Amino acid sequence: MNEAPATLIGTAIARPDAVDKVRGEARFVDDLAFPGMLHAAVVRSPHPHARILGIHAEAARSMPGVVVVLTAADVPGENIVHVIVDDQPALAADVVRYIGEPVALVAAETRRAARAAVDAVRVDYEPLPFVASPLAALEPDAPQVAVPSAAEGGNLFNRMVLVKGDVDGTFAVADVVVEGTYETGYQEHAYLETQGMIAVPDGLGAIAIYGSMQCPFYVQNAVAKVLGLPLAKVRVVAAATGGAFGGKEDVPSLLGSLAALLSSATRRPVKLVLDREEDVLTTSKRHPSRVFYRTAARADGTLLAIDVDIVLNAGAYQTLSSAVLWRSLVTAAGPYRVPNVRVVARSVATNTVPNGAFRGFGSPQVIFPHESQIDLVAERLGIDRVEIRRRNVLHSGDRTSTDHLVRDSVGIAETLDRAAELADWTARLERAATYNRASRETKRGVGVACVLYGVGLGGKAPFLDKAGATIKLEPDGSIAVAIGTVEIGQGLTTAVLQVAAEGLGVPIDRIHLSPVDTSRVPDSGPTVASRGTMMSALAVLDAAGRLRERIERVAKAHRIAKREIAQRLPEIARFFWLENFDPAVEGWASTEPVSWDPATGLGDVYPVYAYATHIAEVEVNVDTGEAHVVDYVAVHDSGRILNRVLASGQVEGGVAQGIGFALMETIEEKDGRLIVNGLTTYRLPTIRDVPLAAAVDFVEALFPAGPFGMKGIGEVPVMAAHAAVARAVAHATGRNPTRYPLDPPRIKSLLGEKP
Amino acid sequence: MNIRFAVNGREVSVETDAETRLLDVLREDLHLTGTKEGCGEGECGACTVLLDGLPVNSCLIPAPQVEGREVLTIEGLADGHRLHPLQAAFVEQGAVQCGFCTPGFVLSAYALLRSNSAPTDEEILTALEGNLCRCTGYGKIVSAVRTAAERMRESP
Ligand code: FES
Ligand code: FES
Repeated sequence: MNEAPATLIGTAIARPDAVDKVRGEARFVDDLAFPGMLHAAVVRSPHPHARILGIHAEAARSMPGVVVVLTAADVPGENIVHVIVDDQPALAADVVRYIGEPVALVAAETRRAARAAVDAVRVDYEPLPFVASPLAALEPDAPQVAVPSAAEGGNLFNRMVLVKGDVDGTFAVADVVVEGTYETGYQEHAYLETQGMIAVPDGLGAIAIYGSMQCPFYVQNAVAKVLGLPLAKVRVVAAATGGAFGGKEDVPSLLGSLAALLSSATRRPVKLVLDREEDVLTTSKRHPSRVFYRTAARADGTLLAIDVDIVLNAGAYQTLSSAVLWRSLVTAAGPYRVPNVRVVARSVATNTVPNGAFRGFGSPQVIFPHESQIDLVAERLGIDRVEIRRRNVLHSGDRTSTDHLVRDSVGIAETLDRAAELADWTARLERAATYNRASRETKRGVGVACVLYGVGLGGKAPFLDKAGATIKLEPDGSIAVAIGTVEIGQGLTTAVLQVAAEGLGVPIDRIHLSPVDTSRVPDSGPTVASRGTMMSALAVLDAAGRLRERIERVAKAHRIAKREIAQRLPEIARFFWLENFDPAVEGWASTEPVSWDPATGLGDVYPVYAYATHIAEVEVNVDTGEAHVVDYVAVHDSGRILNRVLASGQVEGGVAQGIGFALMETIEEKDGRLIVNGLTTYRLPTIRDVPLAAAVDFVEALFPAGPFGMKGIGEVPVMAAHAAVARAVAHATGRNPTRYPLDPPRIKSLLGEKP
Repeated sequence: MNIRFAVNGREVSVETDAETRLLDVLREDLHLTGTKEGCGEGECGACTVLLDGLPVNSCLIPAPQVEGREVLTIEGLADGHRLHPLQAAFVEQGAVQCGFCTPGFVLSAYALLRSNSAPTDEEILTALEGNLCRCTGYGKIVSAVRTAAERMRESP
């Protein structure tokens, strides 16, 4: 790292990608076109579970504009969408396992022609018995949904355990025991840009994929497998991506494969863009969950033991469920010291759309319970809710539920103190009480939530936690940087540029960061788990350090003083050129080793944790059951904040998603069918549903191994927000909600219950 | 059928049919891809354009309806390389994340400020409540509109 003062770090540089975006000139995938490009549409299963008896495509093939119709028989490579476990076909061959599963593909000259042809493809099915509920799917006589090789038995995809200390013994002697069963439903990502991919023949038998995605290297692997091509012949380029939130982690591998199949069959560019209804019905969502949670505590509020049983509805294929479940498992205790822990976590196959990554990744499902439970303990013991958290949060030198001794960068206690101070906690509680005494129709409530988030992929997939970067000094003194993680709106471009400028000691406007192209950098893993900025920044710093050294050597040889380097870079670059110095440097980063023992669930499961405390105030109308967030405080420890505007933008956006999850967002399922009609019936928070004057602050517990001390931030805000809001509703209503969303009917029925 | 209308001050003529939406004509025939399709259902506002000065969802407007009228898209807002004050404020205030909703928000706000140079917060919310953003949580968008309104009042 260079010794110049870190002047750019922490400053609110405006994002360079914003200019094109406000002008309407940023190119999202549906804005791209290639000469001769065809449009794709997908024939999908109308059944939750059925055998395919035959596919009749002749009528569709002869329709005007239709170029090709493909089925599983036409897949040149392996008919598999590779994610973690190879159970999901690109196109169903014999059996369909969920409504919306791709069965055949159409490519036509226009989008309209392609969609019309879909209706003309006749598929004969023999419907099979199906099961849509995970508990029913675990019954011994349940229909077999899971591909047997992908399951531990029956429809049980994964079972994981975490066991520490003496749980039963502790429960037997504890002063207080509280328990509850908590349920959450679907949450749809509702990124404003629907999913889309374009596959383009790239010359010499290669293929290029342009699209909206988080994980270009996942797409590269998936496309290579389905086409039977070597990885070197598959080049993936990330287009401007209109939001992702985890929804564009694994699904682009499927959609990229489908576009690639059509492109390879027709030898023409093919665009596949989902419309909103199709996107909501057929792409991954947050796993619905049922969590039983029992907590034991001492009379002074010290948490002694937890006993947790987690069931996630995985949907028909594994996709990312094992990784999501793992995070539920190791996050179940929250940011608290709990010496005795038992967690059993299961993900279960059902005949519903495969669920996948959604910001928080399996943690919100356990945070709702752990934050509810600690409040119940506080209530039983008559301890203030902030105070009980103070007595239990992790400090440096403590051990997490997985027995990880945490030393560096443990800022949870500071976030709690700062949030309580910003919210004026005690006075606020009194004000709410005063308000409630005077008001019959509306009641105020205040909720607090604390969370811990393991940054990166952790012990479940350590081989993925790496990233590459290249930096090239151009002959004119400008600098081209390439990385392998993606700008999805979170601000990675800006943060990485700040780090590059800092590492190179040159002005930021001399540096250009190009969109991810898998042919330019080594596999850098996925843009997920709040790792994208941290990992690419580390790789960029690695490269920048070495290029800086080389620049200094050339400068010295030409008697250019160090402090003149930034200004005289064009001259120096010229010397590189004339004297044949190598102007390109590769950078590489990998995280500290992590460990995890599947037998006990214990280990140093993540390199570092990020923390947050949120406090929400809501107003509940007891007549209508409507809840509204009226004030909000969010304090985060994500280590060093590279850019406050970007970081607070992440927080505010996550808070809105958390409010949505707690209060309004859900999808009902009936007979394996999701009852939803695009954004017409899936209700997202609007500008009227969010606290516009949220107080956002950061305590910076520096992470020594992070770039300039940073950890990650992206996922954390939503994780804390839903729980703070739900606990505020609990406070306002005097009831303990156990099911999301807390929409008007549910709040009314909650109010009907005995307090 | 052939329709004629003005886009961003320029007369255009397009061959289309009654099933085609204004959104498709803009994006596919005129290559004005700054207007986005977020839902195609009139729910998200990403496709907002101004029709005779008023904001509309272009995904709900059949193309023939714009015959003889004036359309303003996001591409018509900046003055060459100079951003419109609203656009500049969106950039500075961090009101842009993924940017997919941005053209729609900027145009809804533009329509507001044209008719009301000093909107209250309530008026800003009313003007923007038909636009969805999944990234920002809206706070910075409201600040951007306030900032732009102030600046435009200072140097109209
Ligand atoms: S695309 Fe028109 S309102 Fe969403
Ligand atoms: S910035 Fe992504 S939807 Fe608004």
